[in-house]
Amino acid sequence: MKDDKDISAFRGEFYPPLPTKTTMFFRTNLLYQLYRFFMLNYKIMRIVIKGHS
Amino acid sequence: MKVVILGAGISGHTAISFLAKHLSRKHEIIVVSPSKYYQWIPSNIWVGVGRMKVDQVRFKLAKLYEKWGVQFKQAKAVSIHPEGNDKIRTGYVSVEYTSENKKGISENVEYDFLVNATGPKLDFAATPGLGPDMHTLSVCTFSHAAQTWEELQKCIKLMQEGRKQRILIGTGHPTATCQGAAFEYMLNIVFELKLRGLYHLAEITWISNEYEMGDFGMGGAFIRRGGYTISTREFSESILAENHVRWIKRAGIYKVEHGKAFYETLNGEYKTVDFDFAMLLPSFSGQDIKAFDSIGRDINAKLFSPTGCMRVDADYTERPFEEWTVKDWPETYQNPLYKNIYAIGIAFAPPHSISKPRKSPNGTSIYATPIRTGMPSGVIGKIVGQNISEIIKYGTSGHKHKANMGRMGASCILSAGYSMRKGLGATMTVCPIVPDWERFPEWGRDINMTVGEIGLAGHWIKLFLHYMFMYKAKGHPFWWLIPE
Repeated sequence: MKDDKDISAFRGEFYPPLPTKTTMFFRTNLLYQLYRFFMLNYKIMRIVIKGHS
Repeated sequence: MKVVILGAGISGHTAISFLAKHLSRKHEIIVVSPSKYYQWIPSNIWVGVGRMKVDQVRFKLAKLYEKWGVQFKQAKAVSIHPEGNDKIRTGYVSVEYTSENKKGISENVEYDFLVNATGPKLDFAATPGLGPDMHTLSVCTFSHAAQTWEELQKCIKLMQEGRKQRILIGTGHPTATCQGAAFEYMLNIVFELKLRGLYHLAEITWISNEYEMGDFGMGGAFIRRGGYTISTREFSESILAENHVRWIKRAGIYKVEHGKAFYETLNGEYKTVDFDFAMLLPSFSGQDIKAFDSIGRDINAKLFSPTGCMRVDADYTERPFEEWTVKDWPETYQNPLYKNIYAIGIAFAPPHSISKPRKSPNGTSIYATPIRTGMPSGVIGKIVGQNISEIIKYGTSGHKHKANMGRMGASCILSAGYSMRKGLGATMTVCPIVPDWERFPEWGRDINMTVGEIGLAGHWIKLFLHYMFMYKAKGHPFWWLIPE
């Protein structure tokens, strides 16, 4: 086998988890993201409140 | 009483706002800052991809400070004299004006309390060939970001003509920090090129001094995703892999020439990477401010760390990484030698890094130095402003308000594309910022408070924070209700 043969399984980017089509869909799904917007803000506010002296 | 604040960035401006709110006008608040503008640095990323104009991320300070009863001197601090001299009995700062009408004029500004919030010196010179005046670009200031956008447009034009472009983004020094900012700039470029249908003509490479991807100068973090507890390494690598971005980690760039970056790897190899467009962050150091005692002797080593950042109430005893604890980190940001001096934001000297320091076999330190940006800078500015106000008003000697980065949490929203409908943002929260292995022996942090996810909501939050913090910084009604 030639050293420079490009086999996707040998590439560095093969190892990390890659998002599925469903994950990609929900990333820009308005309803789900609206829910995440409030959930993430809630989590951030918890940190803000805890973080202050 | 006279309070002098050096610098009007995120931390300094927050301290100024709380001092102005709590102190009556019989007390003097004097701000010394070389720029006439306040800038909301996190949004410079969007200036760098043409999504925001420079005037959307900055505003002039003079009018606001006049409204608050704060004296504003557009000048840079040259030297600090904490003991005064034979003519001036109190501490004073020598400043040199940078404003057009007074440029070059020097003045001694006396103080009862001094807050050092000068921010970082962008040390491009530490890497030969690095920086907007040389061969690479930056998004560290609004003017750098505007210049970077101009260069990116040229790059896009070449791609529109069908020419491939090699884009290099990351850290431009073996001990640089703020990887998050470079990471989000890279993601924004990816988004913009995909939007224009040019992504197939771009070869994007991420280069970083991090030991593992996702270190971000905080030693990485663990998050819960899809039924697993994973590290930010998987999170970051997944984002890069998904966008076909090649990455080079454990790399310390030591020289840049036209179209070529030279780097040393942690295992001691010397390599190069070619580029057509490069945005590489410089290392940060303290500003070039000298310190003298009452008879003019140099006391820099007493007041500042070797990197030029000011010593505060941290434990600077040198210990191996395994013995570091959150107790080493400061709480009040008061200088131990001169109790009326404080250092906040990036101006305070951290006791050590958060990520494990590592050296190559050639003796080069290659690791991410600690982050102290955004949220912690704001919180630190607030508590120092509150503490000084209370000391002046009530004559107390202690500090009621404390902010230890080993207890404080932080949220970091990395923009990954500017669009209200198709945009993306990576939301990351950690609590505490500095891992506390005594309180959280398993993950170093409260796993229930740690978040890492990418989605449109992240973009909305980042945009919402931009308008919210600009509103707050401008001192509009009820600004103090907005947390840091």
